[in-house]
Amino acid sequence: MADSARLTPAAPALHSELGLEMHRWMVLSRVLEDRLFALWKQGRIRGRLLTGRGQEAIPTAAALAVNPDDFMCIMHRDMAAHLIRGTTAETVMLHYFGKATGPSGGRDGDIHFAEWERRNFPMVSHLPDSFPIALGLALTSLLRKDRAVTVAFCGEGSTSVGAWHETLNFASVFRCPNVFVVENNQYAYSTPADRQYRGRLVDRALGYGIRGECLDGNDVLAMHEAMVSAIARAREGEGPTLIEAMTMRMDGHAGHDDAAYVPDELKALWRARDPIERLELRLREEGATPALLERNWSAAREEVDAAVESAWGAPDPTPEDLLARGVFADPA
Amino acid sequence: MRIVGTVAADATYLEAIRAALWDELEADPRLVLLGEDIGVLGGAFRVTAGLLERFGEERVIDTPIAEAALVGAGIGMAVRGLRPVVELQFADFISCAYDQLVTEAAKLHYRFGIAVPMVVRCPSGGGLGAGPFHSQNPEGVFAHIPGLKVVCPGTVQDAYDLLRASVADPNPVLFFEHKALYRSLRSDLLRRRAGEPLGRAAVRRAGSALTLVTYGGMLPRCLEVAERVSGAGDQLEVLDLRTLVPLDMEAVKASVAKTGRVVIVHEDTLSSGLGAEIAARLSAESFFDLDAPVSRVAAPDAPAPAAAPLEEAYIPSVERIEEAVWQTLRA
Repeated sequence: MADSARLTPAAPALHSELGLEMHRWMVLSRVLEDRLFALWKQGRIRGRLLTGRGQEAIPTAAALAVNPDDFMCIMHRDMAAHLIRGTTAETVMLHYFGKATGPSGGRDGDIHFAEWERRNFPMVSHLPDSFPIALGLALTSLLRKDRAVTVAFCGEGSTSVGAWHETLNFASVFRCPNVFVVENNQYAYSTPADRQYRGRLVDRALGYGIRGECLDGNDVLAMHEAMVSAIARAREGEGPTLIEAMTMRMDGHAGHDDAAYVPDELKALWRARDPIERLELRLREEGATPALLERNWSAAREEVDAAVESAWGAPDPTPEDLLARGVFADPA
Repeated sequence: MRIVGTVAADATYLEAIRAALWDELEADPRLVLLGEDIGVLGGAFRVTAGLLERFGEERVIDTPIAEAALVGAGIGMAVRGLRPVVELQFADFISCAYDQLVTEAAKLHYRFGIAVPMVVRCPSGGGLGAGPFHSQNPEGVFAHIPGLKVVCPGTVQDAYDLLRASVADPNPVLFFEHKALYRSLRSDLLRRRAGEPLGRAAVRRAGSALTLVTYGGMLPRCLEVAERVSGAGDQLEVLDLRTLVPLDMEAVKASVAKTGRVVIVHEDTLSSGLGAEIAARLSAESFFDLDAPVSRVAAPDAPAPAAAPLEEAYIPSVERIEEAVWQTLRA
């Protein structure tokens, strides 16, 4: 942690409305992913199951800080960003079940999806492959002068990859309206941060001549403040920002991985920093009743129950769909 | 290049590419050129000379030396509705952008219906003594990737027409322009709107004795061979594929149905190259039209060498092609 004092911040007064909205989305993300995990264990979801458990504050803060006209390159720990930007729990389920009516019609699976019509760009396994594309989305904003900002996420493991450097350098040269968010969740699969990089990631911002900020990624309020200001700077032509959000991956890399390589003390430390529990504590201090908060949990469970039920019965793709459309776009 | 109305007299292959870029920049405000040294310098080969001065730095963008970011940026611009034409300084550097092309550009439409109308210009081919990293013909690698179109012009008019057709195509298109043709090929050039879509081969010389199937840098050599052999009485047909993806197998099969003999010629290396694909399809679909085994002439399975004697032995020569033609005629 860069600054452990920030874990119980003397942050600016919480606007309860925003705080409750954050709570609602973080809870929906948590409930939805827990259900996905259960469905995966039951064999009802194929392939891998990746979750963002413990990291929900970061995508929540970011997605609540952007405009609908902005772009987001969302990665695999960021379910809340999809939900906040309008993708329904049912659409998520259709995708995970590989249904014909899901966003990829069964052609891609697990967390590899996004609804592009909502200006969310779908991720691939090769991280941070979305970064160069985020650069192109932002360059387009510069050329069109449309003031749209592009927020792109990655983990600390991605910062070892060449395309990460190429993108930050390029974005800096052109002062692109980008915000690059590194979710430093301490582990890239089993590789700990000290096998990934030396020094502090945020210090790399100096090398690129851009602004950098390292903060507690499990503090949704601090995270939101940082995103609002980075997005505003990008929109005003002041160039990209590198945000390093300190957090912890609380599940394994994916469902099959028990993360036995993570020391128990580290797990315990971060369990005590759960972003949802911390927000609830804060909301209760400000007068929110337990019943009010519980309402978000029960509403999320109902929404996810309904989504599972409806999506499970949706039509599967047929073998004819394999090549029925779309390797190439048809010339107009 | 002298421009006479819409006909440019005595244009080079390089000037034809520049003319296509110029005319697309004029015609389509969405078109943006992106690349290393393409603006102020006008490109390492001067293909884009004069375009920055005419269209400005928001249409002709000099970038850092970073091919993954360059191609990725092109994808990002394309999915937002611009029409980026990315220049890789040499086709060899496409290896640095492989991931963005193969993992992202090629699969976005299949996965999510997201079109990527981007052209990546790749100056390819040898013959200039430029060695293993400035001489390669990587088109076969990418012809193997579903979701990418692969274009290889072999004439001045095609350098122009196929580039405009590539821009008009809503898919990622790799445009392999052969460096050895840049200033060696000349003809009158008709500057016209994009016409037929990508995917049609062209018979460059009609004949009935044997079909030479080729594309790109090997087309002039195949025409020379056809000239030499036809002087001895055997009329060769030269079929220019023009695009490897889509591959116009109907044209290949129609020609082979007429001639019964075929030699496939490419500068790309032999094994698992495009010639292997064509030979396999002919054996499955045109077996009873064949009067002789399908022959291939290609670079050997080795990196492209630098020294003249090595490079001359590496790139299929007129003599090597002619020898294969005679063997196939006598088989």
